[in-house]
Amino acid sequence: MDMNRRSFIKSLALNSALTAAASLFPGVTFGNILKQDLPAGSIAWKKAPCRFCGTGCGLLIGVSENRAVAVKGDPSSSVNKGLCCVKGYHSVQILYGKDRVTKALVKKNNVFVETPIQEALDLIAEKMRSTITAHGKDAVAVYGSGQWSITEGYTASKWFKGCIGTNNVEANARLCMSSAVTGFMTSFGIDEPMGCYEDIDHADVFITWGNNMAEMHPVLFSRMLANRKSKPHVKIIDFATRTTRSSEASDQSILFKPQTDLAVANAICYEIIHNKWVNWDFVNKHVSFHKGKTNIGYGTEDHFAFQDQAETVDFKAYQKFLEDYTPEKVEKISGVTARDIKYMAALYGNPDLKVTSFWCMGMNQHTRGTWINNLVYNIHLLTGKISTPGNSPFSLTGQPSACGTVREVGTLTHALPHGVVTNPKDREMASEIWQVPVENIPAKPTYHTVEMFRALDRGDIRFMWIQVTNPMVTMPNLKRYRDGALKEGRFIVVSEIYPTPTYDVADVVLPSALWIEREGFFGNSERRTQHFEQIVPPPGDAMCITWQMIEVARRMGFEKQFPWPREKYIESLWNEYTRFHDDPRHRMAPYQELKKRPGVQWPFVNGKETRWRFNPQYDPAAKQEGFDFYGNEDHKAWIWIRPYEPAAESPDSEYPFWLNTGRVLEHWHTGSMTRRVPILHQAMPNSYVEIHPDDAIHLGVVNGGKVKIISRRGSIVMTVSINGRGMPPRGMVFVPFFDENYLINEVTLDAFCPISKQPDYKKCAVRLERV
Amino acid sequence: MPVFSYIAYPKPGAKADLLHHLSALEECHAAAAQEKDILVLVTDTPDEESEKRLQRKLKKIKSLQSLSMTFGHVDDNSKP
Repeated sequence: MDMNRRSFIKSLALNSALTAAASLFPGVTFGNILKQDLPAGSIAWKKAPCRFCGTGCGLLIGVSENRAVAVKGDPSSSVNKGLCCVKGYHSVQILYGKDRVTKALVKKNNVFVETPIQEALDLIAEKMRSTITAHGKDAVAVYGSGQWSITEGYTASKWFKGCIGTNNVEANARLCMSSAVTGFMTSFGIDEPMGCYEDIDHADVFITWGNNMAEMHPVLFSRMLANRKSKPHVKIIDFATRTTRSSEASDQSILFKPQTDLAVANAICYEIIHNKWVNWDFVNKHVSFHKGKTNIGYGTEDHFAFQDQAETVDFKAYQKFLEDYTPEKVEKISGVTARDIKYMAALYGNPDLKVTSFWCMGMNQHTRGTWINNLVYNIHLLTGKISTPGNSPFSLTGQPSACGTVREVGTLTHALPHGVVTNPKDREMASEIWQVPVENIPAKPTYHTVEMFRALDRGDIRFMWIQVTNPMVTMPNLKRYRDGALKEGRFIVVSEIYPTPTYDVADVVLPSALWIEREGFFGNSERRTQHFEQIVPPPGDAMCITWQMIEVARRMGFEKQFPWPREKYIESLWNEYTRFHDDPRHRMAPYQELKKRPGVQWPFVNGKETRWRFNPQYDPAAKQEGFDFYGNEDHKAWIWIRPYEPAAESPDSEYPFWLNTGRVLEHWHTGSMTRRVPILHQAMPNSYVEIHPDDAIHLGVVNGGKVKIISRRGSIVMTVSINGRGMPPRGMVFVPFFDENYLINEVTLDAFCPISKQPDYKKCAVRLERV
Repeated sequence: MPVFSYIAYPKPGAKADLLHHLSALEECHAAAAQEKDILVLVTDTPDEESEKRLQRKLKKIKSLQSLSMTFGHVDDNSKP
């Protein structure tokens, strides 16, 4: 077996190199080397979606003697067609870190003590009950994740909203894609992309908006490169605030000053109209024009509230608004030359070119995140380049089930599995399916994520159960929220797999089953639901988080709502959940269908997946001729007047640099899993600060030297990287956030988009001091 | 028991020479691309010391311009 396993690992190593070579040099071949077979033997292969980003690559997991020993890309998955990225190839190693949490831990006298898990669950139920008695229902909260399996998010929503009766349900996807949600909701009246990854094979032009796909979505980026290799006219334009690996692989890299993407998007629309590139047939039939409030604030103060108000306008009003956004005027704001703006407008405006726009955190983590989403839709709507193969405004997600669990299940304070808490009909539907009195479900949202942690700090929330996420690394303006979590009278439960800074603030840690150690479902960026069975056993007392919640819910008297035996509860929860979406606009695939396939796209109607929504050629819910934007009552897509407004905090004489934060290829988010994979850790062991070479000279620092990054909220000393993987322009520094030893979020600002409530991790002001 | 794989980039015009040198090393399994000046390389060493010795040998190959790692496996998972 040892020899088999070894030769097997060598085969995987070879396949990784061949795949990497093929992605870098499409069409490259290596003769007979490809004919090597993987060793036969006792290895069984089981399908599962990748645990990491929102691409949703299909994997085959090699299992031997109840241990996951290997990974390969699933050739039958239409997402990745057998390809993986470096994280995917090493993904099973996240299961076997030496410091895996395997026992329940209860903090006594500030020290964790191993405790029987049933006793820990008793304690949690008792604390929840006593907190509700003393402080009310809205004093308990659950904070989950876009890495929750769908049943985990669904159970949290049903239990907290339907049974306990509080809307204190939030998820970390608020931090990564809620601007995409509000963008979709305001432009189309319904969430999630109309297109799919097949758009990559059809498009002639790709414009990436603040999106380093080569590192964040490498499999999709490889698919773009493969398209360009096979069709030499295909162009990739990287529109970003710093130079990255994506810039290097693109045909053109265009840099803009932070926040000014708003102005550039409007200038592109100005050019499209000015040059008579508007697709009038599409616009006249399928578009209406609107404007909302302006000067809408930044949410940096507690209890900040904002409600937008849509006003219908006509095309002439929109055209007049755009007069402030000529390419020449916008060049002065954005630093993008009028020539480059006109070039991008010409690509969008050319009726013979199919254009796909991609974006992710660069547009979503933005104090005007909803607006910039609207503005990119405006471009596609003016030109009619939408909902057809290759013409696609496409918002990518960062987590494996940000769409499946957070957006579709609705694990946010204002949402329900179908609709919103403010809508009486949606509450009635939930009460009927959940078998709870409708009065149980509060009609008013409580706290979005930033405000939820502010409420914990203030003492309005006293009990918080944190699941599958690491907010003590990821919250902006972190120190306030860590200090708040540690205050007297707060009780924090953390369902975890490894020690993290969030584990450190816990009163109880529950050992949790990870990824393929339990059955589950993820939903990826292209509306694809992916089922995975339990493939290997969890270690020690580790337990599926869905079952952890069911255990506590039953202790609190909700046996009727969670009656299922442990052998069938996942299937039963899926069957109950999908009743919320029994509609051609959102119908999900049945359990047995999902078990068979590497993933199924919704709407799944009459046994058929829907590739492009709103287009009656593909979407059975679309009834109007041409296109049917059925999410809005007028069955039209909405073009919005949204102006350029500055960032919440911009560089000044005291703090003269922009601070931009983000991710790297090797690590996934806070690194709690990938930093325990030796090879990934060795490839990228520590975080760093990227500085432009001229700024480094001015500061007198060299590559590998140290600087102190100081903002109005905190400071941190970091190692300098010059001409490394990425290069910011002069006046900007970039720091990856994967390394818990360098908590860059102690420096960032907790300003957010007033509509989506998503914080802006890409822009705040700092100064640098040589150390 | 480290296993690694790499894309190996030869110096200009030195693909055949690089393949020759890599193939001569017992711990290496290499193949050259047919259309491009790149090779794939899989290394397999019994322990960390042997791995370090191999790395020193690789650095001495004059026709090797750079290595870009694509996969790594060591049996020991450790906390960062």
